[in-house]
Amino acid sequence: MSGLQVLQQGVLSLLQDRGRYGWQHIGLSNGGPVDGPAMQLANRLLGNDPAATCIEVSIGGLALEARLDTCIAYTGGDAPLHLNGRAVAQWRGHTLRAGDHLTFGYARHFCRSYLAVAGGFQVEPQFGSTATVVREGIGGADGKPLARGDLLPCTASPGHPLLQLAAGDIPQYQDTVTLRVIPGYQLRHFPRRQRRRLFASEYTVTERCDRMGYRLRGPAIGCDIDGILSEGIGHGAVQIPADGQPIVLMNDRQTIGGYPKIGSVLSLDTTRLGQLSRGGRVRFEPISAVAASDALRLQYQQLKRLEMQPVREA
Amino acid sequence: MRIVTAGEDALILYLGEKMSPAIAARIRQTGAQLRLMMGAELIDLTPSYTSLLVTFDPLTTSHRTVRAKIQQAIAQPGNGVAASGRLVSLPVFYSPETGPDLEDLAAGAGLSIEQVIAIHQQREYLVYAIGFAPGFAFLGEVDPRIAKPRLPTPRLRVPRGSVAIAGAQTAVYPAATPGGWNLIGRCPTRMFDPEAEPNMPVGVGDRVRFQAIERQQFLALGGEL
Repeated sequence: MSGLQVLQQGVLSLLQDRGRYGWQHIGLSNGGPVDGPAMQLANRLLGNDPAATCIEVSIGGLALEARLDTCIAYTGGDAPLHLNGRAVAQWRGHTLRAGDHLTFGYARHFCRSYLAVAGGFQVEPQFGSTATVVREGIGGADGKPLARGDLLPCTASPGHPLLQLAAGDIPQYQDTVTLRVIPGYQLRHFPRRQRRRLFASEYTVTERCDRMGYRLRGPAIGCDIDGILSEGIGHGAVQIPADGQPIVLMNDRQTIGGYPKIGSVLSLDTTRLGQLSRGGRVRFEPISAVAASDALRLQYQQLKRLEMQPVREA
Repeated sequence: MRIVTAGEDALILYLGEKMSPAIAARIRQTGAQLRLMMGAELIDLTPSYTSLLVTFDPLTTSHRTVRAKIQQAIAQPGNGVAASGRLVSLPVFYSPETGPDLEDLAAGAGLSIEQVIAIHQQREYLVYAIGFAPGFAFLGEVDPRIAKPRLPTPRLRVPRGSVAIAGAQTAVYPAATPGGWNLIGRCPTRMFDPEAEPNMPVGVGDRVRFQAIERQQFLALGGEL
C-alpha cells in the first residue's frame, strides 16, 4: 500500500486512534489523543469515522511527502503547517497530490496538532487499538514514534469533497486553563485547609509534562499519609506526591500507583491542559460528579451537532 | 467496605486496608460479577491489592447506577466464581549469573544461596495486582526470612524474565525495563506477549509456584542469558 512518507520525524509524532480500552487489568495504558475533540474534528472534516487513525504531532517538526493523491485535514494546536512551502489553513480539508511536501513548524503556545488523511491511516490494531504507547512499545508504527523513512499507509482518495468548520465553531485555546476537579480517591486524607489551598492557588506547568502526566508547580498541598497500597488510576487523577506538587495523570499514565490522589480532572479540561507546555497557567475548581456528567453529555451533543460546511475553492 | 468517586467515569471500591487472600478473593468475585452485570457499560476493571477501579461509559450510565451495581455484586459473592484462580507453575534458573543480588540477599539474611532458593519455592503466591508495565504481576507474600527492600539505586536495565524480590513481594519482569528489585534468578516463560493468546500466563487472583531448573533446561525453554 502507498501512503505518506516521513521525511523528518519532528519532536514526537505518534499514530493515535480513540485509545485502548478494556486492558487495564493486564497493565496496558489507554493512550489515545491528548486533545480528543481536535482529533475527532480532523477526521470529520474528511468524512472519516471520528476515531480513524491520525497523527498526533507534539510541538512540531514533522515533514511528510505524499506518494499518492488524497486529502488531509489539520486541527488542534498552533504549529504552522506548510504545503509545498505555502501556509495551510487549519480546521479544513485540503487536496494533496503525489509528490507534495507537508512540513510542520513548531508550536508557540498550544503543542498538540492533529493531521488526518482521507480514510485514516491503515495500520493493524493491537489490543483493539492503533494508539501508540511508546513506554509499552505497543500500537502505531511498531510501538514507536514516527521515524524518518516510515511509510504511513493510506488509500488514494482524489476528488474528495472538501469541508471546513464554521469560524464560530473553531475551538478557542487559552494559555490559562481552569481544571474542574471531582473530589475523590483519598480526599479524606487531605485536611480542609489543604483542599482550600488547591482551589485558591495558581499553578504553573513545569518542564516535566508529557503524555503520561503534567507536573505542576505552586503552593504545596499537604496530605496526612505519604503513600497507599497501589491502586487503579483513572484518567485525569490528581496525584499529590510527598513534595505536595500536583501531577495530573494523562493518557499514557501507568494503570496502578501508590501516591495519594485528591480527585480527578474532567476529560473536557485535560484536553485543554494537554495543549499547554512549560509556563502554562492552571487553576483548579471543584465540581460535583453529577454536574461533571451533565457537562460531559452537553459537550458530546454539541460536538455531534457541529456541521461541516463545503469549501468553495477560489 | 467503601465506594469512592474516581473521576467522571469511574468509582473505586475498597474492601480493606491490608492485603490478604480473603480480600483478593472478594475482589476477584466482585469483578467477575460486574463483568456479567454491566456488559458494554463497563470500560475497564482494574483490580489491585485491596481495591477495584470500575471505569464505565459515562454517556450510557451514571455513578449512581454503577454504585448500586457494585453493591449488588458484593452482596452476591461466589455465584459460581471460584475464590481463587488457577495454579500456575513458573520455572526459574536461580543463580548468581541470572540473579546478581542472590549472594547479597543470602548474606544479609544469614542464609546460604541454596536456602534462599529453597525458601522462595516453598510458598504458593497470589497474584495481587498487575501494572507498572504490561504484564508485571505483583506476587505475595514472600517468607519474611527472604524479604528485602528495594535497592537504594535502581538499575537502568533489568533483563526480561528476571525474578525479583522487593519487600514482601516477588515478581517476574515481563520486559527489559529500569527497576530496583533484588534479582535472584530468571524465568524463561514469557510473562507478556502481545501476539500470544492469552497474552499472559497469569491473571489477578491466580496462584503461582516457582520451580527451580538448571541452566540447560532454562536455555532449552527459550531463556536468554
